[in-house]
Amino acid sequence: MTSPKQAPGRIVAAPTAVQAPSRRRFLLGAAGTASAAALSAKATAGDLAVPAWSRVLGQPVAANPYGLPSPFEANIIRRQSPGLTRTNESSIAFAPLQNLFGVITPNGLHFERDHAGRPEIDPQQHRLLIHGLVGQPKIYAMDDVMRLPSVSRIHFLECGANTGMEWGNVAVPTVQFTHGMVSGAEYTGVLLSTVLEDVGIDLKRARYILAEGADGASLTRTIPIAMALDDALLVYGQNGEMLRPENGYPLRLIVPGVQGVSSVKWLRRLEIGDQPWHTREETLHYSDLMPDGSSRQFTWIQEAKSVITSPSGGMTLLDPGTYYELTGLAWSGRGRIKRVDISTDGGRTWRTAQLQDPVASKALTRFRADWVWDGNPALLQSRCVDETGYVQPALKQLREVRGTRSIYHNNAIQTWQVLASGEVRNVQT
Amino acid sequence: MCRLDAALAIAVLLGTSVSTAATPWQTFGTAASPEQISSWDIDVLPDGQGLPSGRGSVAEGEIVYEAQCASCHGTFGESTDYIAIAGGVGSLASSAPQRTVGSKLNYATTLWDYIYRAMPFNNSKTLSANDVYAVTAYVLSLNDIVPGDAILDQTTLPKIVMPNRDGYNNAHGFTAIEGRPDVENIACMSECTTANVVVQSHLPDGFAEQMYGDLSSHFRTFGKPPVSEVADEGLKMAQKNGCLACHAIDTARVGPPLAAVATRYADDTSAETVLATRVQTGSTGNWGAVPMPPQRHVDDEDLATIIHWILAGARSHEK
Ligand code: HEC
Ligand code: HEC
Repeated sequence: MTSPKQAPGRIVAAPTAVQAPSRRRFLLGAAGTASAAALSAKATAGDLAVPAWSRVLGQPVAANPYGLPSPFEANIIRRQSPGLTRTNESSIAFAPLQNLFGVITPNGLHFERDHAGRPEIDPQQHRLLIHGLVGQPKIYAMDDVMRLPSVSRIHFLECGANTGMEWGNVAVPTVQFTHGMVSGAEYTGVLLSTVLEDVGIDLKRARYILAEGADGASLTRTIPIAMALDDALLVYGQNGEMLRPENGYPLRLIVPGVQGVSSVKWLRRLEIGDQPWHTREETLHYSDLMPDGSSRQFTWIQEAKSVITSPSGGMTLLDPGTYYELTGLAWSGRGRIKRVDISTDGGRTWRTAQLQDPVASKALTRFRADWVWDGNPALLQSRCVDETGYVQPALKQLREVRGTRSIYHNNAIQTWQVLASGEVRNVQT
Repeated sequence: MCRLDAALAIAVLLGTSVSTAATPWQTFGTAASPEQISSWDIDVLPDGQGLPSGRGSVAEGEIVYEAQCASCHGTFGESTDYIAIAGGVGSLASSAPQRTVGSKLNYATTLWDYIYRAMPFNNSKTLSANDVYAVTAYVLSLNDIVPGDAILDQTTLPKIVMPNRDGYNNAHGFTAIEGRPDVENIACMSECTTANVVVQSHLPDGFAEQMYGDLSSHFRTFGKPPVSEVADEGLKMAQKNGCLACHAIDTARVGPPLAAVATRYADDTSAETVLATRVQTGSTGNWGAVPMPPQRHVDDEDLATIIHWILAGARSHEK
């Protein structure tokens, strides 16, 4: 049953109208308006008829001076999760991980979390003020920042609340909503340490830095000095172009490996101090509530986590007995991913997946494994190990320590169940 | 604390490099004057550093609140239309913790800082310092943290003891790379569990479609048979009008399988009109407790085509 209409990897989205068996009839029918003839003799001219686009002059080279995806990709978009937030300005748009390849998230699909909407900032007027425990407080225009010695580094950025909806039970259907608050990019900018040195930071007294955004929320977070001096970046570039407004144009902080809220967007001010600020975004929110009612504060590091992105929730495997590639993403705020194991039997047995280069520190890492689906129900899982030897935990283990109300830092092993019908759904075991 | 040690170690390194070599880009950026700094430097620390002069009472705060806050946060700060800013004190250890500025903040200075920088939501940084003292006092009184006659200023605000003052700790491994994780899994490879792996949780049938609509649109569509090429007009119309968000052909989703509808009404000559009306006005109790909301958006012609197609078995035929 070769059908020209089947998806690459023979995985397609859940059929709306019909379930797998009748869908197969669909696929047969699809082979041609044509008829029985087309069905019996595969690959007649019907399949390889010279299409219209092979006989015409195409669009001129600069028809889209800023290139756009094919119109056939119009549904590959960020999405909000219905009912999650009360406003569209303090809200989150999830990256469609189920549709993406490799480890670089296209700029238009990088997840977006704003606290007071997305400002439209004129880079000519934007300023960064650095003051506090420094020898010379300074104001930098974008031109100043962009003339400083630059670095480009690949990192992941993950919201602390990624997978937060799943602490208690399964709440969302697809990997876009379970894990889509993570993205990967090559960020270009200046090492924060370069700039701190430039203002003459008082290293004897400096312990913390307050980072503040220029948006309506002027979101603030305390950054520990060790991280600021280590690998934190003042970023203006993302994947070869300027940051998108959604991601902090024209200037943001990136604190690699740390929960996303610390990577303050639209950065306007850094104040160097000797005590933490206890801002709203590190007390009331982005702190982890434990079962005894106490909160863990300053839970900066994003621990190692992985997820299979295909097959994943909402997809349907059409053909039992055939080959499917298992692929997904792994990342760790503590460094490189060392290994990813996958299980198709709900964690009884595991085998090691292949890691795809590049395997960078504090960056998304792509893994893949071969699998022939025998047509029986299956439970797909991935489990990563990072360079510190830390092994991604099971949800049950996390709950035993942290309960189900802590919102943040859910890095549990994700399970996708393949039903006999081929439908894949989000489950917890 | 090893974090501090690390900072100091780097400090020593950097300290030497600063003193020995002036960087060639030192002329970039301009010196910031104290006046320039103070116009942006709005943050407030727990000890009160950063609080401007000014004062405000609960009574004055009520006026500000009624005019500029109540529409979103409710008369008593209780409204969850946006986010509640009162209540929940003592609930943090319960199974339904309510995180509010009253129940969860450790310092009242944070409340002042946040209102000053971020509220009103649609008009931030427009309140005077006096107004922020006043409305902070009012929000705290709504949470029974200060009495109704309280007056707040630079000195009194930092002295307020919040109910959750000691509710936070850093006793965890998340503050640094060297931090020790609280959960340790092992990378077992075989016979990792002898127990049956049982699915404990999944979404109820139909829930995803109800919340997210047609989930198939969240995936690449090529590889799917384009319905328009193969389907009957009825199927096309059913898809166009959103019926398939709730109905499949052979299996139950939110609504009954359309094939089952065909079977049930096979001998019913009035079915065509009865069902058309039910679809338009909504229907409940015929297949279960879940109602079908009225589908008024479907025009008569489309509807007739769909119903005809359903009653004919809801199949797709080659044209
Ligand atoms: C247009 C609606 C609106 C108005 C008016 C408004 N707020 Fe808010 N307020 C919000 C929203 C939305 C949030 C949550 C923002 C977020 O999550 O980032 C919020 C958050 C808050 C918070 C923090 C609550 C928490 O749990 O984190 C406080 C305190 C607050 N507002 C106080 C005020 C005060 C005082 C005023 C009047 C001066 C005011 N708000 C006016 C919508 C509003
Ligand atoms: C929001 C979900 C939803 C949508 C959208 C929806 N239906 Fe339904 N439908 C239902 C449910 C639930 C029932 C069962 C109601 C009952 O028990 O009476 C139902 C029942 C029906 C029935 C059987 C009624 C009976 O009396 O036996 C028909 C026919 C039907 N739907 C057609 C349609 C058509 C045509 C559309 C699109 C225009 C549509 N439905 C859209 C949920 C939906």
